[in-house]
Amino acid sequence: MVNQARKSELLFSGSDWDFKKLSRAYEEIEAIGLEELRLDIYPVQMEVISSEQMLDAYSSVGMPLMYRHWSFGKRFLYDELLYRKGARGLAYELVINSNPCIVYLMEENTMALQALVTAHAALGHNHFFKNNHLFQQWTDAGGILSYLDFAKSYIARCEERHGLAAVEAILDSAHALMEQGVFRYHRPPKLSSEQQREGLRERLEYEERSFNDLWRTLPPSQGKSKPEAGEDNLAERKKSLNLPEENLLYFLEKNSLVLEPWQREIVRIVRVIAQYFYPQRQTQVMNEGCATFVHYTLMNTLFDRGRISEGAMLEILRNHSNVVFQPSYDDPRFSGINPYALGLDMMQDIQRISTAPTAEDRDWFPDIAGRGDWRDTLLDAWANHRDESFIRQYLSPALIRKWRLFVLADGADEPHYEVASIHNERGYAKIRSALAQSYDIGASRPDIQVVDVDLLGDRHLRLQHTVKDGVMLEGESRDATLRHVRNLWGYDVSLAAIDGGTGAMLSERWTKEL
Amino acid sequence: MPIFIDRRLNPKDKSLGNRQRFLRRAREELKRSIRDQVRTGGIAEVDREHAVPMPRKGTGEPTFGDDKASGRRQHILPGNRTFSPGDLISKPGGGGGYGSAPGTKESEDDFRFVLSREEVLDLFFEDLELPDLVKLNLKQILSFKPRRAGFTASGAPTNINVGRTMRNSHGRRIALRRPKQEELDAIARQIAELEAKPASAAVSERIAALREAFERLERRRRRIAYVDPVDIRFNRFDPQPVPNANAVMFCLMDVSGSMGEREKDLAKRFFVLLHLFLTRRYERIEVVFIRHTHEAKEVDEHTFFYHTESGGTVVSTALEEMHRIIEERYPVAEWNIYAAQASDGDNFATDSERCIELLDRKLMRLCQYFAYVEIIDERESHIFGSTENGTSLWRAYNAVDGKWPNFQMRRIAAPADIYPVFRQLFARQPDLRKSA
Repeated sequence: MVNQARKSELLFSGSDWDFKKLSRAYEEIEAIGLEELRLDIYPVQMEVISSEQMLDAYSSVGMPLMYRHWSFGKRFLYDELLYRKGARGLAYELVINSNPCIVYLMEENTMALQALVTAHAALGHNHFFKNNHLFQQWTDAGGILSYLDFAKSYIARCEERHGLAAVEAILDSAHALMEQGVFRYHRPPKLSSEQQREGLRERLEYEERSFNDLWRTLPPSQGKSKPEAGEDNLAERKKSLNLPEENLLYFLEKNSLVLEPWQREIVRIVRVIAQYFYPQRQTQVMNEGCATFVHYTLMNTLFDRGRISEGAMLEILRNHSNVVFQPSYDDPRFSGINPYALGLDMMQDIQRISTAPTAEDRDWFPDIAGRGDWRDTLLDAWANHRDESFIRQYLSPALIRKWRLFVLADGADEPHYEVASIHNERGYAKIRSALAQSYDIGASRPDIQVVDVDLLGDRHLRLQHTVKDGVMLEGESRDATLRHVRNLWGYDVSLAAIDGGTGAMLSERWTKEL
Repeated sequence: MPIFIDRRLNPKDKSLGNRQRFLRRAREELKRSIRDQVRTGGIAEVDREHAVPMPRKGTGEPTFGDDKASGRRQHILPGNRTFSPGDLISKPGGGGGYGSAPGTKESEDDFRFVLSREEVLDLFFEDLELPDLVKLNLKQILSFKPRRAGFTASGAPTNINVGRTMRNSHGRRIALRRPKQEELDAIARQIAELEAKPASAAVSERIAALREAFERLERRRRRIAYVDPVDIRFNRFDPQPVPNANAVMFCLMDVSGSMGEREKDLAKRFFVLLHLFLTRRYERIEVVFIRHTHEAKEVDEHTFFYHTESGGTVVSTALEEMHRIIEERYPVAEWNIYAAQASDGDNFATDSERCIELLDRKLMRLCQYFAYVEIIDERESHIFGSTENGTSLWRAYNAVDGKWPNFQMRRIAAPADIYPVFRQLFARQPDLRKSA
């Protein structure tokens, strides 16, 4: 009875927050999340920051620690300006995929917002980070902070030893290839532990110390007639270098002939960070959808239990509806599909299909329709899908009708767009497939690979761009990026555009011509 | 139980290092923007924050990206109301304007960001080749002295204002009806009197009532403090710039046809530098612009730099005008007078004599400092070098130079030549700082 009375009291009242209220709200929200939604989360570390610090975090790609580079300074100026002009608000929170999961809360938030943000980030995103297979396999939440710490101090040391300009040149070149610096298909090696890194560094330093130029002047040994075997055929050469290789940064780091050990390490740092963010880019809709679904469900549960006042709930709902606002294509505010809205709608749709399916749903989703327990379905989806597969699997005709989705076919050399599919019987499957396709990072980024290099000859590095649907590379930035590849490789580089369908060579660009 | 960390007090400006790296990278372009702003803006405007456009050269971050003007793609959009499959929609011209076309966000060229005063001065100083100590001096903000400015509720104990505090305390004691010591004393006296009387039931009852009243008052006194933290007021101090004397700066320039764009640009930098120096030392500075051909006129800054006039060259007219203005408006007792003159050196030979006389007899006695620059062609600088020979004005001023230590003259062909004119001025800076 006493328990009952205690339970029905409000978690907080008024808009001011303090640490006691935050902690009480967190515990309540966590308890409901674990019991109602069966979430599974990393321990949480909440950090309260001011708006300036939020801006700082923005410019260092959302990480609490980052090495120094001018491009972050440029980003900071843009972000600051947009914010000062009032063109853009700041996020209420920032969450980092680490163990413990770090959640930044803005000090300006009201208590109601802090509760919303706690449910969104500390529960929703946190669960997703811990359970989604991409994050589990491809990132190391436990090691990222210590790795960034290492990266920051390593690059600062390099700046001291080799000068700002030299470090900046390497970072510029490596940043240009960040998109081509991830393993898409096979799993990257785990971040080495701190000791291993330390050992590696010591070995490099030893090699630097014990370097003796005299060895270079020794005459080549007579016994082995290596050059004979050097006239190997193309296939063997490619095999020994593991070609073709999609991860340009990895290839350059391992095989470049001009990079010093410290430069290799910097390239590696950039590559590791690119790899760390790769899963996030593939799971935007799911990640935000999961967090939004979780906060929406939890806040409503709290309200139903009488733990949040009506005023606070109204504020929460207002913010919620701002976040999931999706203008239609002809609205001036339209800027693409809002991942929060799409994710939330799809997850609520799964809820509906599980509990109250229509005949159409039973047709399209025989294995989940009417199963009753939507929690299992959602937990399973959160764990095992990325955006592309999630949409391909779960986007229902009902939702396509609700959103009134349509597909425009756009050929660059035609004067018209053509409406290819709309929300009707014939269009559902096509729209679903097209939308899924548009979230497939592997398909939407240019596919560029290292195909050949003649290490014993002129050391010419051949890259190949497989052209899909006739989409070429933008000329100016392609040339600038090629120059960066040349900086890292040290010798000539060429990029051939090969048509993906016919295999015909469309164009070739040499760094010599630049 | 989550861990809470309050990071609000952590140092801000974590990205300061990134900002510096960015500014260094875009240095050339920023320098050009600042130079343009100096050229078009007023002399006094250099010494503050400037908004500059986002530099684009050298700050691109190229990646391999798709060419928007090739290939076939599909857009998936929400909100279809009227379309059926097969409908053709003509593309908007130029590719822009259509919401679905990705990447056509607000163009980045509109961005202007603010450089701090220090950063502006750094860029401005860059090719003037000032010694570091001088740069430091020029960047220094005025010195401040604390001055009384009202009262505040917080502060250091040494600054407590007793009078104000006691007045507040008094008011509060009246408002809350704190029992006075006299009231207590009166009751104590009554008790004592009653106790002195022979004991009886009525008396002891009365004593008990009085004791109770006494204790109630005592409790009240304890609860309502004599001086409460809310009463305390501190003296407030406001940092005030150290009052300095006033200075007036005379800019004299020959505007006859021979002074072109380049010459005026150099002259302007020369004036800006003197002005910067004066702002550091004096609280109030007035600038007087006098331009001359064969006659001199006081003009405003814009006319001074942008209007050309044809005519001969009679330098002494400018000196006379300056003398007249000093007599009229700037009594020497109240004003420090600085003069900076720029010219290409052409003058009527007979007039040069008159200039010497004017300077020698009148102006040099009134001026703290008189700097003269003769702007010459880069090629001429090799010929003339540091020889005594030169234009008629140069030869004439040479005589003055020998006689007056506060007279400086110099030929300049490039921005780097300007500073030496002021060398002596800045060299005296250390003593001045000591005395400040």
